Amino acid sequence: MSNIPADLKYTKSHEWIRQESDGTLTIGVTDHAQEALGDIVFLELPEEGRSVEAGDACAVIESVKAASDIYAPVAGEIVAFNQAAVDAPESVNSDAYAAWLFRIKPAGEVSGLLDAAGYEAEIA
Amino acid sequence: MNSSAKLTPLHDRHLAAGARMVDFAGWDMPVNYGSQIEEHHAVRRDAGMFDVSHMLALDLSGAGAMPFLRRLLANDVLKLQTSGKALYSCMLNEAGGVIDDLIVYFISASEYRLVVNAGTADKDVAWMRKQIAAGGDNVTLESRRDLAMIAVQGPNAIERASRAIPELNTARGLPPPFSAVRLSDLFIARTGYTGEDGLEITVPAHRAADMWDALVAAGVKPCGLGARDTLRLEAGMNLYGQDMGEEVSPLDAGLSWTVDLRDDERDFIGRSALEAHGERKAFLGLVLEDKGVLRAHMKVVTPHGDGETTSGSFSPTLERSIGFARLPTGTQAGQAVQVEVRGKPLAARTVKLPFVRNGKILID
Repeated sequence: MSNIPADLKYTKSHEWIRQESDGTLTIGVTDHAQEALGDIVFLELPEEGRSVEAGDACAVIESVKAASDIYAPVAGEIVAFNQAAVDAPESVNSDAYAAWLFRIKPAGEVSGLLDAAGYEAEIA
Repeated sequence: MNSSAKLTPLHDRHLAAGARMVDFAGWDMPVNYGSQIEEHHAVRRDAGMFDVSHMLALDLSGAGAMPFLRRLLANDVLKLQTSGKALYSCMLNEAGGVIDDLIVYFISASEYRLVVNAGTADKDVAWMRKQIAAGGDNVTLESRRDLAMIAVQGPNAIERASRAIPELNTARGLPPPFSAVRLSDLFIARTGYTGEDGLEITVPAHRAADMWDALVAAGVKPCGLGARDTLRLEAGMNLYGQDMGEEVSPLDAGLSWTVDLRDDERDFIGRSALEAHGERKAFLGLVLEDKGVLRAHMKVVTPHGDGETTSGSFSPTLERSIGFARLPTGTQAGQAVQVEVRGKPLAARTVKLPFVRNGKILID
């Protein structure tokens, strides 16, 4: 059974989103996603300062099995990426919610995200 | 799981071990039991095992068996003179394309065991029956779906398997490399698809689960098809349907060493096409120098023209991405090339295969 923390938001494309106190959003991939991908061996994350639209494929996660795109859940600007995850991609397998990938400063209202129950229904 | 999926006699064991199952050529098979990379390392460093019961064993017998196989296969079974000895060969169509690659074991001049790929098994049997009907006198072909197969591979594979199979400890128990022995109802071959020492154990289907349990108890780690793929890739071994197929000559897939042209009189199927075309492509290994992961069907740019990757993945032993590529003739090992990885040109270089053999890295 996948771990789906109640305090996070989610997308149908298996990203998790945490609202930070400074208004930015931290993005990662869900436990369900890491399990489906298998051993993760490579991450390509967006550079700071890049503008993204909601739904943009802005990062790549590669497992031994396959490559998958990671989508920006909202429009905004990339303000950080997690170099530690790039250096140790397997950390996404060990704890998908600790190994965050990038942070976005949203351009406007954040909407259209799933809550934990909504995501659980999505992957059921 | 698709309700029409085929199940091996070890299916329950895979589910009980919590394997992630995938469809492979219509079979519901384990891709991993947790971590594919750990399973890969288990085979390189200790002992792992694979359920390969989806592959099909075929018994070919009769006074006409040897001449039939000398016509059916691109490699020459006349090389096999000792009972149990194995030979790797392609089975070609008239155009010289690969219908399948297989292992043939010589029991006697009138008795052979063949093991063919799961995805091609029906096609192979149909092709063989057609060839038998067209002039394979005194040849009988029998499909052995009553058998299961377990590949135990790794530096400690034989020692661990010997604990589970006491017969292996007898004087003629352990077969020499690339040979097989019959031990009561077992057919045990010193062959594999990983580049490590090990055994491929053929066991009656009803005893397969007991054999699996005994091997687990002996410390052999269950491994899925995921690790099997990265192991064979490091070992420089082709995967049918990916590195070669019916449209590809074995000469263009790095398999010239399996095509035996020495006997001018031996008119094997596909021979005239191979001799007419010769080698049209170079087949080499690729090591990615930049960060990223090679996959099949990526464009490779060389000074001699463009080529294409046929396989690619992350190599757990080399801790970087490797692949195979079909490249313009004239391309040599050691050539700097560029591979288009997800729209970006990345630096790679060509290398001679294999990448890894018996736990040792063979490239710089």
